[in-house]
Amino acid sequence: MAHTLAEKILLDHTDAGDLKPGDIVPIRCDLVLANDVSGPVAFGAMEQMGAATVFDPDRVVMVADHFMPAKDIRSAELQKRLREWSHEHGVHFFDQGRGGIEHAVLIEEGFILPGMVITGGDSHTCTYGALGAFGTGLGSTDIAGCLALGEFWQSVPGTILVEVSGAKRPFVSGKDIILEVLGRIGVAGGTDMVLEFVGPGAEALSIDDRRAVANMAVEAGAESGIFPADRITTDYLAGRTDRPWSALRSDPDAIFARRLRIDLETLEPLVALPPSPGNVVPIGSVAGRKIHQVYIGNCANGTITDLRQAATVLRNRRVHPGTRAIIVPSSQRVYRQALEEGLLEVFIDAGAVVSTPTCGACFGGHTGILAPGEAAIATTNRNFTGRMGSDRADVYLASAWVAAAAAVTGEITDPADVVGEGGP
Amino acid sequence: MIIEGAAVVIEVDNVNTDVLYPGPYLNIDDPEVMKLYLFEGLDPSLRDKLGRKTILVVGENFGGGSSREHVPLAMKASGIGAVLGRSFARIFFRNCINLGLPAIVCAEAVAAAADGSEIRIDAGKGRVEVDGRSYDTPVLPPFVIDMIRGGGLVNYVRRRLAERAASEE
Ligand code: SF4
Repeated sequence: MAHTLAEKILLDHTDAGDLKPGDIVPIRCDLVLANDVSGPVAFGAMEQMGAATVFDPDRVVMVADHFMPAKDIRSAELQKRLREWSHEHGVHFFDQGRGGIEHAVLIEEGFILPGMVITGGDSHTCTYGALGAFGTGLGSTDIAGCLALGEFWQSVPGTILVEVSGAKRPFVSGKDIILEVLGRIGVAGGTDMVLEFVGPGAEALSIDDRRAVANMAVEAGAESGIFPADRITTDYLAGRTDRPWSALRSDPDAIFARRLRIDLETLEPLVALPPSPGNVVPIGSVAGRKIHQVYIGNCANGTITDLRQAATVLRNRRVHPGTRAIIVPSSQRVYRQALEEGLLEVFIDAGAVVSTPTCGACFGGHTGILAPGEAAIATTNRNFTGRMGSDRADVYLASAWVAAAAAVTGEITDPADVVGEGGP
Repeated sequence: MIIEGAAVVIEVDNVNTDVLYPGPYLNIDDPEVMKLYLFEGLDPSLRDKLGRKTILVVGENFGGGSSREHVPLAMKASGIGAVLGRSFARIFFRNCINLGLPAIVCAEAVAAAADGSEIRIDAGKGRVEVDGRSYDTPVLPPFVIDMIRGGGLVNYVRRRLAERAASEE
């Protein structure tokens, strides 16, 4: 029987002889992830399950990232619990100053290989589809079950095939591709589905761009967003891991629930208006809106690619006096690379705040909370009411190009108007 | 398996878990404390309507966004016995099932319900009654019903661990 890429990965991780969308099957996980928010709740559930040990310490990763560095006593207690539990169980643990944002860390440190199944106590576990893996976000009790058994129950998703053609125009990035998808199918359009990205336009994307795309699959309600592994994946993994893997693809005659076509030749920079990642408009229609804070960071768009784009815009320019800019490299590795490339100096000279890698203000936790009446533009993935602070603040979502341009002008601006039409 | 209670209705669609339980309170890991912040970003006054037997009635794509289990944990701690909706976001749905909190899809029953309506859900038979009028729902898959009946994923994993231990002996 013909199968989609997602079905093939799941078939490799179950004893079920065959499967089709809607079947509920037990799936083995290759890697289980949790953080300082989801981890401690999962540990409590694991105790109630009567599980004294994890299924395989080498397949468990804990990352302190949400309230890191601890913003108050309660957060410090959670991180202490995470630290002590991790040491006690002998699992991989990335403490303060060691890792960064979980999804950046796992990809950059070689934990993720094509064809793997990764369950994470965080909805953006779908980011691992950038490397051709099935990553999916679960709640804490689910994660406790994964820690104890090494498996979870999964309703087999259907697949929406996103066929991407053409070449990106200047100032267009992975963020714009996924915003285009969200604008078309909406925030529930991917429920019980996987988004699979194929075609020459998808194959030409760097892993950083693929991360930006896969990361927001969950914003469509999808289980995961997957790019079949290819040459670019192979190159990315070289030097990060020497574990073997093989590339899987959907069969040509596999059944897809839906097909979407995106032509990069006509795609322009996009912006998601508050309060939904699905409220997507072309940048021209919102140009001129006043911005009080620019946030460049998060697990989707805090990569070295994003920081280079921001630096291209901010080099020899200043953050507008009416706005503030916060730049958060997504991992220690990216932080160091930005330092070596002189990007941090560009940001500091421009008058931006550069922070240690953390989730921070992305989820309204700390370090960059918005006041009532303020508007922010962020390279993050959610602009829900109250997401970055006050429930009377607005959050616009866009690429690092667009966010950095707003930092210079103090309002939503086409980056071509700052850097010049010809592109960087 | 029958659940009864009085309806508390949230009319809007696409209610996400950020507004149901905002980020700043994620550093809480005790459900009895979590319940003080349930609905904080949506309408805190909704908390006052919750009784010991509440059925929460919701719209389309309820519970999208973050995987934070704080939402259904706080709901259970607040006395919500089931969630009846037009449709649910996937992680939220899973979290409810795993906690033994039935999440039932029935658009007609949602349309018929108002605050205070008497609701009776028979999850095994796929039937929902609103103020005495009966509506059919798709029967949940047997695995899901078993999970809810058995008290959720904690008990399920307990059993699986015991089976594994027995087979190794
Ligand atoms: S950066 Fe934001 S979206 Fe990503 S894991 Fe952290 S809180 Fe979640």
